[in-house]
Amino acid sequence: MKNKRDILLTVAGLVVLFGAACYAQFEMGSYVRRIINLCLIYAIIGLSMNLTNGFAGQFSLGQAGFMAVGAYVVGIFTVPVELRPNVFYAEPMNPLIADIQMPLWLAQLVGGLLSALIAFLIGWPVLRLRGDYLAIATLGFSEIIRIVITNAQSWTNGALGIKDIPALNDVRYIFIATAITFLFVTCLINSSYGRAFKAIREDEIAAEAMGVGLFKHKCMAFMISAFFAGIGGGLYATLLGTVDPKNFLFTLTYNFLLIIVLGGMGSITGSMLGSIIVTAGLEYLRVFDEPLELFGMAIPLFRPGFRMVIFSVLLMACVLFWRKGIMGTNEFTWEKFMAFCKNPVKYFTQKGAN
Amino acid sequence: MLIVYGGEEMEFFQAILNMSASSLAQHFVNGFSLGSLYALIAIGYTMVYGILLMINFAHADIVMMACYFAFFGITVFHIPWYLTFVGVIIATAILGVVIERTAYRPLREAPKNSVLISAIGASFLLENLANYLFSGRPLSFPDIPLLSQNIAIGEVQIQAICLVIPVMTFLSLAVLLHIVNHTKTGMAMRAVSKDYEIARVMGVNIDRVISTTFIIGSALAAIGAFMWGVRYPGITPYLGVMPGLKCFIAAVIGGIGNIKGAVLGGFILGLGEIFIVAFFPQLSGYRDAFAFIVLIIILFYKPTGLLGVKTTEKV
Amino acid sequence: MKLKKVMSVLLASAVMLGALTGCGGDKKEAAKSDTIKVGVFLPLTGDNAAGGELELRGIKLANKLHPTVLNKKVELVVADNKSDKAESASVAARLIEKDKVVTLIGTYGSSLAMAAGNIVKEAKVPAIGTSCTNPQVTANNDYYFRACFIDPFQGTVMANYAYKNGARKVAIVQEVSNDYSVGLAKFFKEAFIKLTNDPDAIIDIANYQTGDKDFTAILTNLKAKNPDAVFAPGNFTESALLIKQAHQLGITVPFMGGDTWETQEFIDVGGKDVEGAVMSTAFDREKASTEEAQKFLKAYTDEYKAEPSALSAMAYDAYLIAIDGIKRANSVEPQKIRDAIATTKDLEAVTGKTTLDKNGDAEKAAVIKVVKEGKFKYLDFVDAK
Repeated sequence: MKNKRDILLTVAGLVVLFGAACYAQFEMGSYVRRIINLCLIYAIIGLSMNLTNGFAGQFSLGQAGFMAVGAYVVGIFTVPVELRPNVFYAEPMNPLIADIQMPLWLAQLVGGLLSALIAFLIGWPVLRLRGDYLAIATLGFSEIIRIVITNAQSWTNGALGIKDIPALNDVRYIFIATAITFLFVTCLINSSYGRAFKAIREDEIAAEAMGVGLFKHKCMAFMISAFFAGIGGGLYATLLGTVDPKNFLFTLTYNFLLIIVLGGMGSITGSMLGSIIVTAGLEYLRVFDEPLELFGMAIPLFRPGFRMVIFSVLLMACVLFWRKGIMGTNEFTWEKFMAFCKNPVKYFTQKGAN
Repeated sequence: MLIVYGGEEMEFFQAILNMSASSLAQHFVNGFSLGSLYALIAIGYTMVYGILLMINFAHADIVMMACYFAFFGITVFHIPWYLTFVGVIIATAILGVVIERTAYRPLREAPKNSVLISAIGASFLLENLANYLFSGRPLSFPDIPLLSQNIAIGEVQIQAICLVIPVMTFLSLAVLLHIVNHTKTGMAMRAVSKDYEIARVMGVNIDRVISTTFIIGSALAAIGAFMWGVRYPGITPYLGVMPGLKCFIAAVIGGIGNIKGAVLGGFILGLGEIFIVAFFPQLSGYRDAFAFIVLIIILFYKPTGLLGVKTTEKV
Repeated sequence: MKLKKVMSVLLASAVMLGALTGCGGDKKEAAKSDTIKVGVFLPLTGDNAAGGELELRGIKLANKLHPTVLNKKVELVVADNKSDKAESASVAARLIEKDKVVTLIGTYGSSLAMAAGNIVKEAKVPAIGTSCTNPQVTANNDYYFRACFIDPFQGTVMANYAYKNGARKVAIVQEVSNDYSVGLAKFFKEAFIKLTNDPDAIIDIANYQTGDKDFTAILTNLKAKNPDAVFAPGNFTESALLIKQAHQLGITVPFMGGDTWETQEFIDVGGKDVEGAVMSTAFDREKASTEEAQKFLKAYTDEYKAEPSALSAMAYDAYLIAIDGIKRANSVEPQKIRDAIATTKDLEAVTGKTTLDKNGDAEKAAVIKVVKEGKFKYLDFVDAK
């Protein structure tokens, strides 16, 4: 954000989008709202993943675990106290937490902070690792979190899951959460911390030689990422109204991986775009799962499961032929936008020439 | 049971005291056969990692596909199991090479993270493809009476396959060590793994070496899959996921890139998993976490694994 | 470089095309007033695909035998929830809003049903569960009903059976990551301790995770404790492997489980090792008392050339409950249908005369079956009370 004009435009843009969110909230059916909300939530988590993977260059696959933490904190603390004996019917809730009820925003914040705290504890041993090791270790931790949740029945109700979380299918609320995440990450990336992240991504050794504290910055990126993943997880829980440990299998993380790969590793606006394309796309690709009749003949190609094949082919194709994704490491800027508005043809020919 | 209660140590000793010799022997046999199975698959991971410096995430799904191949060979086409065994090895090796050509070769010069994503993509694609083609319903791995029969030694029950698996593992280990240390291909492999660029400059055909690696790795996966199928005869599209992760962890524990290390890691995991349940029955729900916890401990104290060699990052 | 550009353009157009065809689907909706749409959401892929498929068979058969209500054709809109919760919720929402179904039927898997619970509650469209047996599905939700019995009942039934057949010390092996298994195990334990009057009647509770393949460790522990029987409710694949390995380790006591076992795959994977395994379920040919049941049995064997499972029967019943509700409401308005379904009483269904209680759960008798010569054979009958 270079000058006043850009800031103004961004604020105006957000206000317009918020207006659109209000419109969606009042005018659209709950199915469409659900998809919009899922897009927004995935955008938050995609952004959080991009922060470690795209900006700081640390390949972490722990997003599902951090989401689980956030989702469970929201699940445990927002279910009305009088409904809890019903939910925890197999084993009564631990008396320590049985009477604590929080409003959603507080539970979310607690969930995010707890996620960040866990990220800090995990980061200690794990962030010394690089590349593949880090990937597998973070993946392992996300599985450990899930296994602990499964087994700690008096806290989390184990496999039985938590039901009766006050449902929230409110585009405005989730939009505001996404906007805050977006602004926070943007400011962070444009600060000296953000430059340090990128320096680490480009070359750890050089960055260290230039005086960038490796562990401090990596840990910071990891914790902030976990925080937002927790927030996203909390929203996910309220959107569904129920959580159980199987939601957070590590394959869930692959969704966000596709989002950031498609959108561009290291691009904030890219992650936003990616999440919309992937979420809405998966919803529309549903047509591939239904039997298709063409000229009265059933085509056996289309049957349940085909959609996921396409989804994975898309991920592969993206990495193989289009490694930069939609945005690469570029960002949407008002300048480019204006240049495009003024003369779309010239904008593209110039770009091609570059 | 999140809270670890104080009496655990007492219970631990009590558990050992209460355990009869036959139970202990039985646990050991169980752990040994599971460990050798892990070891067999872990070798595949370690080989690819040694050469390409990447986790072949799809390796686990190659195992899964091999199980389906075996099913189709024996149950659908009624080919005798020993012929199917050979056929499965060939088919799986081809699959491995195809994956290498399409998913990994185009990215040879790309950043490491892209290769990793591609590997995850390949794994995901294989799973979804299997789900689509063979449906999510479990199939039964064909019964081979010769291998699935039970042998009783005293009170200890051993399935015949449990005796075959360790033999297979050590046989594969011996053959592999021979190839790597005493043949020309092996020399080329070691060269590529030491320094990719220099090896190329010295005239090593990199593509061929990598293809060979994938052929060997996939063939081992096929052998592992066959053993796995006879031992645990339910085939589903996601059957490779958990074992795959554990075998990779086994490879890392032993020191990735080191074939003997992979075998060692496999045994540590297999025996560890069984004995943790044997001695702490109340922790049986946490069994899957064991592998990850060991991984993190090992990485913390010895990042290169038990038998790994320390390397310094080149600037 | 050029190739990459071409590829990316192709890719983008493929996505666009997908989106367009997706939108194109909407046109079909031009609501024909001579049909009534009933939504079916089931796991047709993923972990629970086997169960989902069997239930879809039942529903399709029911639709074939009862194709009309209120002189209108009933159109089934089938959707796959992929054995995934988020998917289940969005599929339910889609069926209600996009396809404008008046009633939902589904699903196999309680957590999948619970994820859809909020949606039907919010949209005020009734849903009828096929085999989601967790009590939480219908608790505190006036719009969810079900055609099956619930976990507490099933666990109690098996405890009674075990006690009646002389078992006094039982071990439990539960699939700790599966709500169904944990629920059954808990109610089994309570009922069995009550029956035996012995707080130590359950001598061991061992846990495993969904997807586990090796159970030798817990089984070796269990063997040392020498139980009279083992109660091991869970997924059929894992359970079959568990019993197989138990036999290999020389454990010969009977294994008992719940209705998930009653699938062909359980016998396919378990082979001769699952002979003698006992399970509770909702339906059997022997106890087919109603006329509807005879019709169902004949049609099912004609159509699929196989013995129907309880899952198909319950799904068939779920459809009947829905149709009956629409008929008695004499309306296609979801709210009215909901009120009619809530008062379902003595409906002639496949699994006996069906009445829904105040929670919306069907009061059902349970049948106990055993695996014999590779088939599920009738063993015993337990009344609803």
